[in-house]
Formats: sequence, structure tokens, C-alpha cells
Amino acid sequence: MKEKLVLIGNGMAGVRTLEELLKITPDHYDITVFGAEPYGNYNRIMLSPLLAGEKTVDDIMLNGEQWYIDNGITLHKGKTVTQIDRVNRKVIADDGTTAHYDRLLLATGSNPFVIPVPGKDKVGVIAFRDIQDVYNMLTAARDYKKAVVIGGGLLGLEAANGLMKQGMDVTVVHLLDSLMERQLDKVASALLKASLEERGMQFLMEAATQEIIGNGRVQGVRFKDGSEIKADLVVMGVGIVPNTALAQDAGLHCERGIVVDDVMQTFDPRIYAVGECAQHRGIAYGLVAPLFEQGKVAANQLAKLGYAHYKGSVTSTKLKVTGIDLFSAGEFNQAEGDEVIVLQDAAAGTYKKLVIRDDCVKGAVLYGDTIDGTWYFQLMREGTSIADFRKTILFGQHDLGDAGHGDETRVMALSDEAEICGCNGVCKGDIIQAISREGLFTLDDVRAYTKASSSCGSCTGLVEALLASTVGEGYDASPNKKPMCKCTEYSHDEVIAAIKENELKTIPVVRDFLNWETPDGCAACRPALNYYLLAYWPGEYQDDAQSRFINERAHGNIQKDGTYSVIPRIFGGETSAEQLMSLGRIAKKWKVPTVKFTGGQRIDMLGLKKDELPGIWGDLADAGFVSGHAYGKALRTVKTCVGSEWCRFGTQDSTALGIKLEEMTWGSWMPHKYKLAVSGCPRNCAEATIKDFGVVCVDSGYELHVGGNGGIKVRVTDFLCKVETEEEVMEYVGAFSQLYREEAHYLERTAPWLERVSLSYIKERIVEDEDGRKALYERFKYSQQFAQTDPWKARAEGVEAHEFTPLQIQG
Amino acid sequence: MANWTEIAKLEDIPKLGARVLKMDSVDIALFRTATDEVFAIKDQCPHKQGPLSQGIVHGSSVTCPLHNWKIDLASGEALGPDEGCVNTYEVKVENGNVYLALSADDVAVA
Ligand code: SRM
Ligand SMILES: Cc1cc2nc3c(=O)[nH]c(=O)nc-3n(C[C@H](O)[C@H](O)[C@H](O)COP(=O)(O)OP(=O)(O)OC[C@H]3O[C@@H](n4cnc5c(N)ncnc54)[C@H](O)[C@@H]3O)c2cc1C
Ligand code: SF4
Ligand code: FES
Repeated sequence: MKEKLVLIGNGMAGVRTLEELLKITPDHYDITVFGAEPYGNYNRIMLSPLLAGEKTVDDIMLNGEQWYIDNGITLHKGKTVTQIDRVNRKVIADDGTTAHYDRLLLATGSNPFVIPVPGKDKVGVIAFRDIQDVYNMLTAARDYKKAVVIGGGLLGLEAANGLMKQGMDVTVVHLLDSLMERQLDKVASALLKASLEERGMQFLMEAATQEIIGNGRVQGVRFKDGSEIKADLVVMGVGIVPNTALAQDAGLHCERGIVVDDVMQTFDPRIYAVGECAQHRGIAYGLVAPLFEQGKVAANQLAKLGYAHYKGSVTSTKLKVTGIDLFSAGEFNQAEGDEVIVLQDAAAGTYKKLVIRDDCVKGAVLYGDTIDGTWYFQLMREGTSIADFRKTILFGQHDLGDAGHGDETRVMALSDEAEICGCNGVCKGDIIQAISREGLFTLDDVRAYTKASSSCGSCTGLVEALLASTVGEGYDASPNKKPMCKCTEYSHDEVIAAIKENELKTIPVVRDFLNWETPDGCAACRPALNYYLLAYWPGEYQDDAQSRFINERAHGNIQKDGTYSVIPRIFGGETSAEQLMSLGRIAKKWKVPTVKFTGGQRIDMLGLKKDELPGIWGDLADAGFVSGHAYGKALRTVKTCVGSEWCRFGTQDSTALGIKLEEMTWGSWMPHKYKLAVSGCPRNCAEATIKDFGVVCVDSGYELHVGGNGGIKVRVTDFLCKVETEEEVMEYVGAFSQLYREEAHYLERTAPWLERVSLSYIKERIVEDEDGRKALYERFKYSQQFAQTDPWKARAEGVEAHEFTPLQIQG
Repeated sequence: MANWTEIAKLEDIPKLGARVLKMDSVDIALFRTATDEVFAIKDQCPHKQGPLSQGIVHGSSVTCPLHNWKIDLASGEALGPDEGCVNTYEVKVENGNVYLALSADDVAVA
């Protein structure tokens, strides 16, 4: 017998919880859902665009009735539960329908707050909460002209905007002197008011409603000061109250909402609550992002996994009025001792304000240009120190070295045909359509459905911006912690810590210890775990070939036709006539289809069949070459210029230093590709300032630069420090490489890693802490003992022969 | 008529890995899962013909090495929102030997 789960409330939080539950255990429960509204599950957020005529009811459905059928869920729509019988564990609806439960989930949402003034029950006075309310407003808009919206908050303004779009003459009545005072400071509020007025919205500020007047149908509103205004329709958009009546009658402990603990359990352990009706650590949320987080936790508990906990959410808001860009998060009104950075451009109509405390973002208000809202929000949630880029923070994230995209980040201004994802050819219109049609909320969803941002990831910021502006803050930009992949709840940092602290030494042990949700992981977590284990337990951990991406498993780059490329190492880019002749001879012997100089000062032989690889590798090994690791998350190249040996400007022997560095670092596995360069003077012909580690020689020594990137997002290095001898250069390179190896997330290149942990942190570890630096350098050298074996030679001699030989039919 | 042909020993195929059988008309990829189940499918991704045998195997699916489509090894169907399907072949393991059901046309070995 399956256990019985009953859900009361067919809204966004409840059904999201079911979706999460079905993902984990599709068969654990017999599920019954009661919903007071006569529909499947729809996207309540989208009621605003529905009212404004920008969407249809079909557009905003998340799960139609077929979804319930497909998942074997009994749906009682249009039935309101009126009683919970906790003794007999059953619920009873208004029409007498009953259902028994082993577990009960309450997701009854909120009721609109109706101000208790005389006349509030007159015909034509409505709230803005569900589809029926929108229908009522649309009907009124057809027959009448004058609307009054009470409440100048998010809900009120979205209602007012929609009614205006429907041709009504709208006045917003607000009790205070500034709009959206819970989300905006006075300046932003005034900007917003001005631009809404420009569109024709009227305002009555500091007006306290005393009575709604009319005979039967509403005819007007009277205020405390005695003045009156005409109205054929009054919309109450002043706020919401968690819907707790049912729970209260059942004797569950309620305060403002139904009180739940960190596993979303009410005081009756069989009963859980999520969504707007629940109160967690004193807070009842009114936005979907936190509700979705709650849903995940509740699902995890209902599935009896029992390890997810909800710790509360930080929220942000956007106003969904087309053409108005507004973003707000955190404490936007400064307290004593806070610092404020403001950028205001009256002509462009933009205003940005950040509240800073102890070098961290505490709050943000953006008006007119909200593209960086998600970034500020992330900095805020993660408590990142902004000391290093404080001067430019208001210019936005693309100013942080993103020369690649720059202005294109004004994504909302782009036309629907504009290509967002260059790798997969996905246009803006496709993405927006998929988001609304499929009801997508997360970056992962968009990646799965459209492929946008699923390849090189350079358009991730653009896709996130589209998500944020299409679904409002229902889009959860950056969960407090990002799980490593879909197989686990744990983040990279948590996995790394667990591996270190608990001395976990094989992939299955890590998965067991951390309760992985899939038996053998996936193509995302396996390579990451393999790397972490290799990095932490050098010499002990046995590399797992099947957990490596094909390029690393086959020690060559797979090409689009399934052939491979071979790039031997040419230390420091310096070669010789002997070497070139050997390469020429070998290329000729194997009839290499294409021979090409790479952008990394070496030679690429392209188009070899997989079973030919060990053969050509053997020849290369005999001629003294080792693998160039052009295929690996590993040390790639050390680019050099000619330097003082020949160049008339050279200050140091950059070529020889580059060779020494490559001899020290080759073979090391890294979180991502890793490139070095040494230039002989500040003219910098080796392009050292866009490498992961760059050395620029000067007369008095060596300038060390870190965190550069020349690829997708060009980022110039940060200056780390200056040293005087080659020995010091070696030590700093070794120490920095090891710090990166030990602490960065898999597939995080030095540039984003450095931006995440901050330059100051790296300086603290590498420049200021001499003992620490030396220890890191020692650990690097120790692990290199095991890493510097040539994988090509080994395979030419027969290691993993099965990888390179096809099967034959026996006999 | 199924014509069971012995192809390999189970241990010839690495756990969570694959081997390729090259035939005249087609390359067949044989996969072995963590639980020693063996699947045989055409070594050609329905997306852009990527060699599926070179992908990462997890559960009873493989992730294509070229653009990360996930293919179910039992049905040959693309998983998730992607759509496409690749030929599957009947295969069995007996006494540690792997047998493939080949038709007469297939057997001509490359
Ligand atoms: C061969 C080469 C192009 C060439 O013909 O010159 C090349 C070829 C590839 N690059 Fe590159 N890159 C090559 C130099 C570069 C450079 C220039 C450099 O190193 O000075 C860059 C920019 C510098 C940098 O990395 O900061 C570069 C930035 C990339 C990127 C973007 C990395 C980034 O962090 O933004 C990728 C994609 C990735 O790594 O995810 C990439 C990925 C690739 C891959 C591996 C794509 C793939 O996954 O199949 C290509 C493999 C082709 C092959 O089979 O050989 N390649 N690639 C160059 C090999 C250099 C070498 O000797 O090893
Ligand atoms: C116009 C509008 C715009 C919004 N815009 C945004 C936005 O941009 N961003 C954002 O994050 N949030 C927005 N919100 C808020 C967001 O929609 C809510 O936070 C979210 O829907 C709450 O989910 P829930 O499941 O808790 O409640 P609901 O979605 O309200 O679901 C509760 C359901 O339970 C049913 N129910 C209640 N009692 C019973 C009973 N006894 N028996 C049976 N059924 C019952 C109700 O009929 C309702 O269908 C907006 C809300 C509105 C109204
Ligand atoms: S950087 Fe330019 S000037 Fe300096 S050594 Fe190299 S080539 Fe010569
Ligand atoms: S060829 Fe397999 S995913 Fe593209």
C-alpha cells in the first residue's frame, strides 16, 4: 500500500513541491489535491501581464489537467477544504468530499487584505489575486471608465497599469508620500511616479480612505479629509494576509502564518506547510523564489530523505510594468555608519544606488537600468567583499573585464531576432517564448529546453537577464548555494570540504557519504569528483578513466567527425631544426591530413583516427616529445617571447624562464585549462597580461600578474606583486597554481575564481603569508612527482589498450 | 531470425565504459553499466552523429561527447527535452561472454 499525501491549495508553492517530490520519488505516494479555484495550476505572477493583455490564460498555465492525469494525481478542483480532522487523519471539503492522509501539505496561500471601511462589500470593489479577479476587472473595463486602485505598492501599481492598458482612466490612491516605500528610496520612487504619470496614471498621495460610496454599485471613494473622487471600479491592492483559518481551526499553532520549522513541518509532525501561508523563523514570504526553495525542502522531507533544510531567503523585487525597469533588494535605506554609492543620469533616466557596509553590498535600488541587479543581488547574498572593484561597481559587471560583450548586455533593448547564444544559434525570441510556454524558472531549465547557454556559457548573463525580466523575481537568480549538479544538494565547496575533512578517497565513497541521488553520478559531477580526489590525494588516488571527458580519456581533442588531434609539447615555444624535422617526418609517415601552428606556439596534427593514436604517440615519444595536454583541464602552454637573448629591448631571458616554468608545471591537472606566459619587457609580446599567470620582465626583476583570460570573456590580469629572482618567480607560480588547484571549483578558470574570492584574498595567501606560500609550493612539487609521467608514451606502450582498439567478431 | 554472435568477454568492456564493433555497414557501440548490464546501440548520436561510445556512461544512459545530449541505452531515445532516437541491437551476456543478435547483412566484418 502506498502512503497517502493530500495537498490543500493548488497554487504555485504546493504544486511546485509536488513536482520536486515526483522528481525524487515518483511512486512513493498516492496524491490527492484540493484546489478552491476551478483550474489546473497556473502562474499567479503572470496575472499582471494577463490583465495588461500581454498574455492569455493559456499562456500562464503551468500544469494543465493532463499533468495531474499523467502523474496519477487526483485533482479536486473547485473544492474548498473546510475541515481537517487530525484525529482520523482526513480532510473534508465544502461539498462533502473527504480524503485520508498519512502526510498533509498545506499551501493555502494568502487572502488579499481588504481595508475595513464602510462600503467595502459594494459591487465593483475587488481584489487582485486570482484569475476570477482579472476577469472581473476586464468586464468592468469594458463597461466603465473610471478606476481607483487603493495601494501604491507592487500589486497596486501592476493592477493600475493593467487597467490603464485596458483603456480605463486610473487613479492610484496611496496612504504615504512615496510609492513602493517598502522597496524604493525616495529618489527612485519619484522617478517611478514621474514615468507612470507620463503614461497617464494619476496619483492621490497621502490620502486615507474613509468610505466607499455608492448605491449598490460603487460610485466613488471618500477620504478622511472629506474630499471625494468618482469611481466605477475600486481595486484593493494594499497587501495580503496569510490564509491560516483552516489550520487554526484544526488547532495548529499559527501566528501571522502557520508556524513551521526548518523542515517545513507544522506543530503536527504529519502536517507540512509551504508558501505564503507558512511562517518560517518569523517571516511569511510573499514572493515565489523563497516558496520554491521551501518546496524543495518539503519535497526532500516528504520523500524521507531528510537532509534538506530551509534557512530562510533574501529576496529581491522587480516591477512588471512593461517599459519600466526597476530592481530592489535588501536594505536600501542606509543606516548609520553605512556608505552609499549613487549614480544618477537624469538625461538617460537611470538611477543606481548601493548601500555598503563593511565592504559588502547590503542593499540595491536600480531604476532605468537593471541589468546588473542579479549581479548585485548575488554579491549581497554571498557577502562578497567589493573592496577591489568598488570604484567601478556601479558601471556593472561587464565593466569587470567583460570587454567581449560590453554593450550587448543591454539585453532587453535587443530585438527578438537578436542571437543570444552564439554556440547554439538561439535568439532572444526563442528564449522568451520557451520561458513563458514551458513555464521555466531556472537557468538549468532554459538550458535544457533551448540549449542557450549550455555550451560555452558566455551568454549566461544575458539568459539570466532574460529570465529575470520575463518571470520577475520568480526567477531564482542564484540560490544561496548552488548544488554541484542535479545528483546532489551539495555545493562544490561543501563537497571539497567533505573530501578533505573526512578523508574521502574514492568517488563511490564520496557519493555514499554525501547521499548522492544517482547511483553513478552524471557527466557533470563525475569529472569534478575525479579531479578533486586527484588534487587532494596525490599519489594515493587512482585516476578513474571512465570519469573523464573523452578528450582527457583519449589524450587528444575529439573533432566534429570523431577523429582526434595531436599536439606535442614544445617547451616555451622554442624548437629546433631537429625537432621540426622529426615532426615533419612523423606527420608524413602517418599521412596527417592537416598540420597547423596553434595559437599557443606549437604544432597541431589534426584528423587522426583513434586507433592510430598510440602509433603516432610512440613515434613522437621516440623523438623526445611528450603530450602537450592541449585536450586537458591542465597546464596548457607557457608562451614566451625571444627576450634578452636576441631582442634589442629584452630585459631578462624570458624564453629560458618560460621553459623552466613549463618544465616545472607540465602534466599538472587543474580545475580548468591553465596558461602561462613570460614577456621580456613591458611591450609584452607574449601577451602575459591575459594569461592565468603572466610574468613581465623588467630591468629590476619580474612583475607577476594573475587571473587573465583571453577566451570567451577577455579579462586583463591583476597585478600580484614584483619579485627579484627567477627562483622567486618559480615559487610564486607553484604556490598560486596549487592554491587554485586546491580551492577553485572544477571548471572555474582563474579569472572567475579570482573575482569570486577577491584579489586581496589571493595576495593574503601568496604575497603576505610567506610560510603559507612555501607550503603551497611544496605541495605543488610533491603532487608533480606523480603527475609528470607522459600519458602518450604509457599508452604507446600498451596502457588502456582497450580504449584504442575496436572489437572484432570472434572466431 | 536472431543470429547470436559472440563479440567479446564482459571484462573486455570497461565498467561504465564502451567498446566499438566496426562492421561494414555500421559501427556498433557496446556499453557496460556499473551493474554489468550490457547494451548495444549504433555508435552515432541522433543529433550530429557524434560517436556515443566516447561519452560518459551513468546509470543506463550515456552523455554524447560532442554536445551533451543524453541517450537512454535501452531504448536508444534521447532523454530530456531533446528528441531523437538511435538504433538499438539485441545483446545478451552468458558465462561472461557477450553475444549480439546480428542479421545476415550485418555480419560482414569490416
Ligand atoms: C588548437 C587551438 C587553435 C589553433 O589552431 O591555434 C585551440 C583549439 C581549441 N580550443 Fe582554444 N585553442 C588554441 C588556443 C587558444 C587560445 C590562445 C592561447 O592560448 O594563447 C585561447 C585564448 C586564451 C585563453 O585561453 O585565455 C583559447 C581559448 C579557448 C577557449 C576559451 C577559454 C576561456 O576560458 O574563455 C575554449 C573553450 C573552453 O576551454 O571551454 C577553447 C577550446 C578549444 C578546443 C579545445 C575546443 C574543443 O573543446 O574541442 C579546440 C581544440 C581543437 C583541437 O582539437 O586542437 N579555447 N584557445 C589552440 C591550441 C593552443 C595550444 O597549443 O595548446
Ligand atoms: C497579481 C500578482 C502579481 C504577482 N507578481 C509576483 C511577482 O512578480 N513575483 C513574485 O515572486 N511573486 C508575485 N506574486 C506573488 C506570488 O504569486 C505568490 O507569492 C505565490 O503565488 C504564492 O504561492 P502559494 O502557493 O503560497 O499561494 P497561491 O498561489 O495563492 O495558491 C494557494 C491556492 O490555494 C487555494 N486554497 C486556499 N485555501 C484553500 C482550501 N481551503 N481548499 C482548497 N484550496 C484552497 C487558493 O484558491 C489558491 O489557488 C504576485 C501575486 C499576484 C496576485
Ligand atoms: S617583449 Fe618585445 S621587446 Fe621585449 S623581449 Fe619580447 S620581443 Fe623583445
Ligand atoms: S552529436 Fe551528440 S550531442 Fe551533438
